[in-house]
Amino acid sequence: MIAEAGHYALVLALGLALIQATLPLIGAWRGIDPWVRLAGPAAIGQTVMLALAFAALTHAYVVSDFSVYNVFQNSHSTKPMIYKISGVWGNHEGSMLLWVLILALFGAAVALFGANLPDRLKARVLSIQGLIGIGFLLFILLTSNPFARIDPAPLDGRGLNPILQDPGLAAHPPFLYLGYVGFSVAFSFAVAALIEGRVDAAWARWVRPWALAAWTFLTVGIALGSYWAYYELGWGGWWFWDPVENASFMPWLAGTALIHSAIVVEKRDALKSWTILLAILAFSLSLLGTFLVRSGVLTSVHAFATDPARGVFILGFLILVIGGSLTLYAIRAPMLKAGGLFAPISREGALVLNNLLLATATATVLLGTLYPLLLDALTGEKVTVGPPFFNSTFLPLMTPLVMAMVVGPLLAWKRGDLPGALGRLKFVAALAAIVGLVVFWQAGGAVFPALGIALAIWLIVAAPAELVERAGLFRVPMATALRRLRGLPRATWGSAIAHLGVGLTVLGIVGSEAWTVEHQQVMRPGDVATVGPVKYRFDGVEEVVGPNYAARRGKFMVNDAQGNEIGLMTPEARRFFAPPMETTEAAIRSSAAGDLYAVLGEADGRGGYLTRLYSKPLIIWIWAGALVMSLGGVLSLTDRRHRVGAPTKARAPAPPAKTTPENASGAQA
Amino acid sequence: MTTEPADKPEKIIRWSFILPIATFAALAAALGVGLTLNPREIPSALIEKPVPQFALPGLGERPEGLKTADLASGKPQLVNVFASWCVPCRVEHPMLMDLARRGVVINGINYKDDPGAATAWLKQDGDPFARIGADRQGRVSIDFGVYGVPETFVITGDGRIAYKHVGPLTEDAIKDKIVPLLGLK
Repeated sequence: MIAEAGHYALVLALGLALIQATLPLIGAWRGIDPWVRLAGPAAIGQTVMLALAFAALTHAYVVSDFSVYNVFQNSHSTKPMIYKISGVWGNHEGSMLLWVLILALFGAAVALFGANLPDRLKARVLSIQGLIGIGFLLFILLTSNPFARIDPAPLDGRGLNPILQDPGLAAHPPFLYLGYVGFSVAFSFAVAALIEGRVDAAWARWVRPWALAAWTFLTVGIALGSYWAYYELGWGGWWFWDPVENASFMPWLAGTALIHSAIVVEKRDALKSWTILLAILAFSLSLLGTFLVRSGVLTSVHAFATDPARGVFILGFLILVIGGSLTLYAIRAPMLKAGGLFAPISREGALVLNNLLLATATATVLLGTLYPLLLDALTGEKVTVGPPFFNSTFLPLMTPLVMAMVVGPLLAWKRGDLPGALGRLKFVAALAAIVGLVVFWQAGGAVFPALGIALAIWLIVAAPAELVERAGLFRVPMATALRRLRGLPRATWGSAIAHLGVGLTVLGIVGSEAWTVEHQQVMRPGDVATVGPVKYRFDGVEEVVGPNYAARRGKFMVNDAQGNEIGLMTPEARRFFAPPMETTEAAIRSSAAGDLYAVLGEADGRGGYLTRLYSKPLIIWIWAGALVMSLGGVLSLTDRRHRVGAPTKARAPAPPAKTTPENASGAQA
Repeated sequence: MTTEPADKPEKIIRWSFILPIATFAALAAALGVGLTLNPREIPSALIEKPVPQFALPGLGERPEGLKTADLASGKPQLVNVFASWCVPCRVEHPMLMDLARRGVVINGINYKDDPGAATAWLKQDGDPFARIGADRQGRVSIDFGVYGVPETFVITGDGRIAYKHVGPLTEDAIKDKIVPLLGLK
């Protein structure tokens, strides 16, 4: 009964989405105000319906109602409660329901928090959101109904894949979807702006917080997924350039470009059509990711149970949404007036460089991801594109980006002073160079780690240096400087902290790539293995029993080179009952200096066990850096101008560059 | 405040606005073709060839085993490569049971498995196999070109390989490929 109510709520949501997608759009075009005003209530009503549907499915999972086919397929009565709940979105149908719920939530948020938007722009934005919602709701109702029943009801479910039974993975999809779907708002704003034929500073100011929020969520989502792969899959890797990882990385790259280019629109009224294009692309790449994961066109470790009928539907939807918006772009974007001019060496110029590099990186990842498919479609040849391609194309793009992102914020708008900016960075540069040289010498003449660490230091030190510079610390009296520091806009703090986060991530990547030590061997109780800076002593195994699995647990006593005890590490090999499957549970000891990572493998039948032991210097900074980046995003979101909002009638294209508080306190070269 | 762009680069600018949609059109076409392909479909060099020469011992309480001659019985049969440790095998298992009930002769090759575990599983979930050969070293499976379990082969009445399905069986594959080759209605 509850499942049927959920199904019915889905149908009602579709009805409301149809209203939301059509009437306000026509109303805004024809000047019918009551229709324009329908957008908000329809968006909120759709959200309520979808929340009911989602609650109905969650209920079915919580009470283990195996007469619902989806629950039978993905749940089991002995599963811990948190994984019964996360099982709701651990499968294709439920994850689509979560996706469309989040889409509706963003629509409702625009309706509720968009009080300062012009009515017609808001109506158009919500209508576009509604159109996207129709597509996904039809997709769910026609090809992926999560409420389908099975008769007779089985006694118990098939269970959730045990490697998905993990707190990190319970949180990973919701964050990822908040990111993917969040870009739909920027997309809707872009399409609405193309319909209206007007993009101005006010538009950019409305769009930026949405794009920034989506980017922040996506950053957390990707970091969670990567960390999960690291500790759960038991191979010690954290990024595999798998098609599905790339599917989440491409919108992130495009979104990163978007949040930067939108600044230029807001401050300088330039790069307008480019920003619109980025807003369309960021969401299009999110949709493309959905297509790749669920259509079966690519093989991937992440692929959901795929179904060609779904693929055809999503492709048709992609053609409508992406094709439609890009066609609109081709027709309307040339009419957008070009904005303020600027010299190549300027804040704008630096942001253009950022955009060029990020766009090229996005294109590279897209090409690498789709190349096997394209080649198969054209010639029938089967190939795979792996990490060597991505590493060799991605690093050369990221290196100049990382170098420039320190200099950019120190350049003035319109015309910057490069020697001046570099001059203010000379201490940072000197420090980075010294650290790089020390690493070069310590690492026995290895160039890659020396350069990488120098780059990381360059970023990490420059972020606080920029704030110090802006506050005039050490140049003006302490009290004045501290007051200025507090007075800096949150967005300035946010960007400095996000850039610092990038530096930390670079540090983690370089450190772990360059200095990871891996040992694979058969060990008997009492054996000692020296791995990098530590010694692992194997103290045998014991059998343990968990809530829905049994496990063999290995005991490793870890000592440092001087023989001081670091602690006991207990990796497990778990055997789950439903579905019957074995997983490895690596034991990890994290510290700022590096991780120790131990995996227990199979018994060799002669009293020994296969073990894999690692030392992974600095690796934790990869994810800590991502969290710092998202913290920067959150801080920037709380900036005063996002809360206060722009003047509602921004018809007169005011030159906002002169009036915003940032600019007043920004670097005036 | 706005400055009209200079007139000279207009042609280039127009093209740059059309470029995104043109790129997407090409991409969509490729994805459309991609949908008709199956990335898991690996052409088998053995199609139309006679099955390899082999003789496998039986499994546990079923000592009869499986050998080449069993597969040329004058009537089409299936060979299913399976293992009790293989999760997708459990996914396709109900479909095999269903085919067996419809009278299809299914031969099992038990791939690199523990005989006790395999027997226990078949006892618990049902045994669709007419004959089972235990391929503990995986040698015969290599001769069949197996690169992962499960795989399913359709063998013609004169002992040739007519079709190979990689991965767990799907309802579509059974309906569109396997049932017609077996000559079922």
